[in-house]
This record gives sequence, C-alpha cells and structure tokens, in this order.
Amino acid sequence: MTEFCGLELAHPVINGSGTFDAIAARRVFGDALVERFPFAAFVSKTVTAAPRAGNPPPRLWETAAGLINSIGLPNRGLEGYLAHDLPELARLPVPLIVNVMGFRSEEVAALVDAFARRAEVAALELNVSCPNVETGLIMGADPAETARMVERVRPLTAKPLIVKLTPNTTDVGAVAAAAQDAGADAVSLINTLRGMALHPRGDGSAWLGGRTGGVSGPAVRAIALAQVAEVAARVRVPIVGMGGVQNGDHARDLLRAGATLVAVGTESFRDPLAGARIAAQLAGETPARSQEIPANIR
Amino acid sequence: MSDRRTLAPFGRRALEVVEARDVGAYRLLAAADPEGPAPRPGQFYMLAASERWGGGEDERPWLPRAFSFLRAGDGVLEFVLEDVGPGTARLAELAPGDGLEVLGPLGVGFAAPARGGRAVLCGGGIGVVPLAGWEDWLDGTATTLLGFRDAHHAQAAALFAAPLLATDDGSAGHHGLVTDLLARELEPGVTVYACGPPPMLEAVRALCASRDVPAQLALETGMACGYGACFGCAVATREGYVRLCLEGPVLEAAALEAVT
Repeated sequence: MTEFCGLELAHPVINGSGTFDAIAARRVFGDALVERFPFAAFVSKTVTAAPRAGNPPPRLWETAAGLINSIGLPNRGLEGYLAHDLPELARLPVPLIVNVMGFRSEEVAALVDAFARRAEVAALELNVSCPNVETGLIMGADPAETARMVERVRPLTAKPLIVKLTPNTTDVGAVAAAAQDAGADAVSLINTLRGMALHPRGDGSAWLGGRTGGVSGPAVRAIALAQVAEVAARVRVPIVGMGGVQNGDHARDLLRAGATLVAVGTESFRDPLAGARIAAQLAGETPARSQEIPANIR
Repeated sequence: MSDRRTLAPFGRRALEVVEARDVGAYRLLAAADPEGPAPRPGQFYMLAASERWGGGEDERPWLPRAFSFLRAGDGVLEFVLEDVGPGTARLAELAPGDGLEVLGPLGVGFAAPARGGRAVLCGGGIGVVPLAGWEDWLDGTATTLLGFRDAHHAQAAALFAAPLLATDDGSAGHHGLVTDLLARELEPGVTVYACGPPPMLEAVRALCASRDVPAQLALETGMACGYGACFGCAVATREGYVRLCLEGPVLEAAALEAVT
C-alpha cells in the first residue's frame, strides 16, 4: 500500500490528467476495464466551468520519441460533468481525483467548491499549467499568481489539494514552494512542454490547429526527472512525478528523485494497460532492466 | 449500436505475422490472432511492430498506427497497408515469424441496409480495405465499386468478389472517378458504404445528399490511442466534434457538413 495525502492506494502508479478516459475505455473494453483497472487512483480530464469543444484539428503530431498534442481541454463543463461523468467515475474501484481549471479565480473557486461537496471525489488537482490554452500559462508560471490561486481556494475544501505545475517556467521550485506555502497538500509535475511542428507543405505555417501544443513522451523524461528532483529539494509535501515514464525503471527513477506517486500519461496511448504493467515492474514482479549497472554511452 | 461494436480485449496482444506479400502497390499483412474476438466490418485495430518500433530515423515510429482490417476469420487477421510514412514503412518490412502488437477491435463498424435495401460499396485507393469484410458480410448482395490511380494499384481489386473498376489513368476499368460509377447506382432503396481519400468521400457525401440516398462513410484521421484516451482524432460533425475512434470510424454521411 502507498499512502498519499491520507489516501490509501494499492500501488504508486496513477494516470496523468487528460491521458485516460475511463468512461470511453469502458465502452471499448467492457467490464474488463473495471476488473483490471490499471491505476491506483484515477485523475479526470480537466473540468472547466463552461463546456469546451476543444481545439480545431489536427490535434496530434508524432515527434522524435514523443507526441505534441493540441487538444484544448474539451469537456462537458461543471454541470455536464456532475450530471454525466461523476456518477460513472464514482463506480471505478479506485479513488477519484478531479482536475479543474478556470480562467479567473472565481471560476476556479466555484469548481473547487462544487467538488468539495461531493463524497465521490477523493482529491482535487488544480491545473495551473496547461499550455494549450492562452491563459493557462499565466498562473503556474509565476509563484505569486500560483500562491494567490491556492490561497483563494484552500479554505473551500478539506479534501487534498494537488497543484499541477507547469514546466514552462523559469523556476519550477519557486512555484512549488509558493503552492505549498499557500496550503497545497501536494504538487504534481511535469505537465507538457510547449512545442510546435510546422506543416509538411513547407510554407512555415503551424501543423496543429492550436498552433502550439504540449510535448510529452520519452522525449521529456530527463527534464521531468530534473524538475522533480528540483521540486523535491524545495518542498515537504508529496510529489506526483510524471513525464515520459514507459517502464518500472523510469518510475523508480522518479520515486528516487523524491516523488511519492508516479503518473503514466502518453505511454497509455501506446498500451492501455501500461499503468498496470509499470506498477508490476515497480513491485519487482518483472524486472525491466538487468541488475548490472549499465554504462550510458558505449 | 452494440451490434456494430465488438468489445476489444483489454490491453495489447502480441501476435505472430503469418503472411506478408505485395498486392500491386500495397502490402498485405496477416497475423495469427487465436484469442481475438470476431470484429465487425468497419472496425479497426492499432498496430505496432514488436521490434524496432521507436528506434528508427528521428526516433519514429513511436505511436501505434490505426488500420481497418481486410478480413478476419479462422484465427487470422488480415491488414493491407500502403508505405507512406515511418509507421507503414516499418510494418511493410514485417515478415512471417515477426511480432505484431495489436489492440482491438476498436470503433464502430457499418450498419446493415434497411430490410430489402441494396448496398452499394464505394472505395478509393487504400480505403477499399474495410469494404472487403463488409462485402463478405453482405453475402453477395452488394454492388462493389473501386477506384484506383492506375492498374498497378488496382491489383487490390483481386481482394474482392466481382468489383466494378475505375482508374484515374484509364489503365484498368472505367477511365475516371469511382464516383462516376456511383452516380449510376443511386436509386431509392440503396445505402452507400464508402471509404477512401477525403476528396472522394466528400464527393460521395455530396452526391448521396443530392439524391437523398443514405450513406455511411468510414473516415480516417491521425490517432494516438484508438480507445478514446487522447482526444486527438476529433472530427467536426453537425453536432460538434466527435472522437472518430469512439463514434466512428464509420459515420453517417448526414451527420457531416463536409468531409475535409
């Protein structure tokens, strides 16, 4: 068992917000999804106050050892989520962490307040970092802005409050420390790194409908490890580490760097059971790499 | 809807390639799938080579690739692909005995025509593939129209029972577009099933709309996951964006303003 902000989890592997839709997966895989649920807790896609259609396609670009996505946070909005998504997600066999984002502090407060009242919700994650939406950068890039947001919503809930940090900032440790000092119970990182791909037709235009997107996958793993280590040196609250985790060794690296939990994201796109596989590898059931200490460049 | 979707086993399964051969300009790949459920025509799979998937030039391919199946039966899944990028190039290299990682069947397949109605199947290029299993399912009652660039590509017509052919250069069958052939078939009671490049599908959609003939279009778009997780395969419909991997790949033509 793994303890995280008072939650008892079966293992330390969860999903990154927006990288697994348990409701859709149930339609595709049936009850097997619930019977063999791959994560120790489920983090929902970002919920916003109003419904969002998401960005115009194309939304994906495969890049070197990874993916650039420009999804744009499509979701039903708070009302739709409470009516349609929450009852279904409450039936999952693991604790539910709801990720929320607002464009103004009052919006975030309304979201936190609404979910604070719902027994189905085990914890809340504040998205202050999504790089796909113009204003998403602002709060999480600045320690003072982050602190103001956390201070605004902290009194609204006794549930664990996780702040999802953006890597698109000059000093992620300072933002993490500000979140902690303002009352966050945990921080999670990294979100995607802002990236771009040009249209193959060669006129210099952007490929993605949202122009820029977020880079994820093994391409960002070394950056994630460095940022988790940096944040671990600055805060006492638990850390959810993520970024390019593909196997138990990658997850173990993040734990050794100071994370309490590890989130799997883009790897689930390649393999819907990636979370369970990585958890099993972490538990030592199937070593992902030989026990010899390997040299890197040879 | 449930009869149009066979549930996928949860997780990828490692299959063994049992056949790999050229069919004109295309590559047919067959893999033994003894444990896999029978898919519905129009459903698709996410494929990746078990080896050297991610270590190629520019570290690609990395994400699995979505493919409709050609036929499925006797524990064998058949796919046809065209080498147009790093993923299809790697898959085209596979030989009998090689490993193929498969997730599926995914998505929603074709719906049968109304009772007493006639099915007209209309495919273009690599898009003919999902129509083969549907032709089998309709058991000889369908009219099949296939369009290709030239006679070399049109060798894929051999994968069908008795198709009518059109080629862009006139080297096989009708010299012109497959939609020329389609226009002659549109009459009351017909349901059209089409798959092909977007300009062809848009022509099919517009033609069927103008003749008030229902049509089901199997669309394609880039996908990262195939099971609704990534939200990358958004397609604009009259009701807003849908995830093609969940609500499609077969969509009612009437649900679309246009195929783009």
